[in-house]
Amino acid sequence: MNDLLQAFGQALRLLTSLDASLLEIIALSLRVSLTAVGLAALFGLPLGAAIALFRFPGRRTAVVLLNAMMGLPPVVVGLVIYLLLSRSGPLGVLGLLFTPTAMIVAQFVLVLPIVAALTRQSMEDLWHEYEEQLRSLGSTPARAIPTLLWDGRFTLLTAILAGFGRASAEVGAVMIVGGNIDHVTRMMTTAIALETSKGDLPLALGLGFVLLTLTIAVNGAAELVRRWSKGWTG
Amino acid sequence: MLKRFMTAAAGLLLATGLAAGAHAADKFITVASTTSTQNSGLFEHMLPAFTKKTGIAVHVVAVGTGQAIKLAEKCDADVLFVHHKPSELKFVAAGYGGPRHDVMYNDFVVVGPKSDPAGIKGMKDVAAAMAEIASKKQPFVSRGDNSGTNKKELELWKDAKVDTKAASGTWYRESGSGMGATLNTAAGMNGYTLTDRGTWLSFKNRGDLQILVEGDKRLFNQYGIMLVSEKHCPSVKAELGQSFVDWVISKDGQKNIADYKLGGEQLFFPNAGKTGS
Amino acid sequence: MSPGTNLGAQRLPPTREGAFSAPILPLELRDVCYEVGGARLIDGISLTIETGPRTLILGPNGAGKSLLLRLAHGLLRPSAGQVLWRNRKIAGAGRGPRRQAMVFQKPVLLRRSVRANLDHALALHRIGGEERRQRRREALQATGLSDRGDQPARSLSGGEQQRLALARAWALKPQVLFLDEPTSALDPASTRAVEEIVQALHAAGTKIVMTTHDLGQARRLADEVVFLNRGRLLEQGPADRFFTQPQSREAEAYLAGELLW
Repeated sequence: MNDLLQAFGQALRLLTSLDASLLEIIALSLRVSLTAVGLAALFGLPLGAAIALFRFPGRRTAVVLLNAMMGLPPVVVGLVIYLLLSRSGPLGVLGLLFTPTAMIVAQFVLVLPIVAALTRQSMEDLWHEYEEQLRSLGSTPARAIPTLLWDGRFTLLTAILAGFGRASAEVGAVMIVGGNIDHVTRMMTTAIALETSKGDLPLALGLGFVLLTLTIAVNGAAELVRRWSKGWTG
Repeated sequence: MLKRFMTAAAGLLLATGLAAGAHAADKFITVASTTSTQNSGLFEHMLPAFTKKTGIAVHVVAVGTGQAIKLAEKCDADVLFVHHKPSELKFVAAGYGGPRHDVMYNDFVVVGPKSDPAGIKGMKDVAAAMAEIASKKQPFVSRGDNSGTNKKELELWKDAKVDTKAASGTWYRESGSGMGATLNTAAGMNGYTLTDRGTWLSFKNRGDLQILVEGDKRLFNQYGIMLVSEKHCPSVKAELGQSFVDWVISKDGQKNIADYKLGGEQLFFPNAGKTGS
Repeated sequence: MSPGTNLGAQRLPPTREGAFSAPILPLELRDVCYEVGGARLIDGISLTIETGPRTLILGPNGAGKSLLLRLAHGLLRPSAGQVLWRNRKIAGAGRGPRRQAMVFQKPVLLRRSVRANLDHALALHRIGGEERRQRRREALQATGLSDRGDQPARSLSGGEQQRLALARAWALKPQVLFLDEPTSALDPASTRAVEEIVQALHAAGTKIVMTTHDLGQARRLADEVVFLNRGRLLEQGPADRFFTQPQSREAEAYLAGELLW
């Protein structure tokens, strides 16, 4: 209990002092996670919608695999991406290991199935409701994808936020491919892991509260966007 | 409004993408090192001086010695800076890098609960002390991660003629994680463990633990540094890496190491000069 | 063209694409069957629907009225038999712009503004620019929704939603409009508004094919009646004759049943 209070105080101190190195870590965390989630949305939304609307052999299997991939273990993803990006690996020449880009790639891989799988489900439900009307209007399944994505935007925002939650809370993959290098690839989660290993539990927990605050802020911003948009589109 | 939404989304992506590109350090090397040096705060003390002098940024990836050597072998680091001489010599002999230079030493200590149920406090023979822990079946937390500290610990058990494999899961518990996490575990279960002094001194969550055995010459902890071989890894930044190795074993670098103190106590003792094969 | 001038016109004004104005009627069904899981829900229906009269499809619940509309509109593919437009098969629904439209019992509106709902349909028919604006304006005016353009479609009342569905059909200027019980969930005032719009569409030259279970409505609107029972076509003929001298025992019972209520 004492530890928790201390951690809470620590978090307040961290947030109010706006310590430069803390800001750096926060900025990197947001940059990496938001980019990864943005890219995952860019690919995952159409992918999920396509699986929902198109009929092709092996579709059932694809759905099961996609759902299962939501549970990809971050450490395994980190390891595979490490082996790919390692200098002695197939993509080594790119020199991406231990860079923010490598962490974006890792989080992208973790988030993509979440966004795609949740999109698939909500698009399938929506298609069920809209199919006759849209086909009557002359829409093909391919043409219906943007229509459904836009009409399902509030559900999809939740899918994207779920992806962001996974990205921002994840430590196993970014630790391996980023290396937790000070001022280069140190993020909120890896910093927490580091402070924990230094035995500075109040600081680690304080950073945890800061991360939580950050996550709440991002979700709050998303809610504002939702309301603003709902106000004039229904 | 679709357009407006898309514009906003594209803008966000672009902004984050640009920001990601903006932070490209010009001149840097990657050093694979161990958690003990990182957690003790030594690098935060040392590296700014080097970077200031040479303009070369140093990216430290701090993992266990075993994993650090693996990283170097796979060409993912330019310099290897670890603490298990036999493994380092093997690395050099395999042609992965070198030559190896001694950098500094500190020592390992056995820590355990104040109440000391195994009764080892003050013992001078570390192997005997560990045999005592085993015979009393007191909880001992091992790194169990093939790190330098883990390797040292296993050597000591060998000296003590204790078969830890058989005891694993009973009084002998392998945490499979870094030094800090292992200390957290030991503090949590009020058990014994072996740690390097640097990590111990900078460790804050000690709970009831204190140093019980120290000073045995078998507890000596030597750190070594070496450049990863350009022949083995063409991507290695040999010139920049070598300048870091040279600086660390130079008078300047050695003094810098000696200057690092925590709570008035010196953590590492520079001893460059001897070159191991 | 000022809004509303097409109200009294006999033929639809030509659209930009010449192909769009080529007539597609008559619609002919030849021995059409539709089965689901072994159950024959439409059983060998043959009929021809010509340009002109308002055709109402009547029959008790489960007679297959809605299925027949969907088969004709191309939303369903017959298990056997053929659906021919001007003696030719045309691609089913969902393959690009079409000269026929359908209004459903429960309107499916997109989660966007009234105007955006019309724009979506017009975009699917590749109608843009000034023509899109004009058709939108006309359709809103014809359905009494002119002041609702900016409102979210899902916030409209039930009657207004159905009017918007009709406005969407109106904007597409279809040659044939299928309506599947469009007023079954509406109050009398809304029903009346919908019927007026249907009349206006008819007056503008659109062929109306509609199902209903409301005999009063059928009497008000029908020029021609198609009577179904248990998936079979029992009667097709002028409305007057159907209501006064039904040919089949089933139709007689159906009409009598209505009188009992």
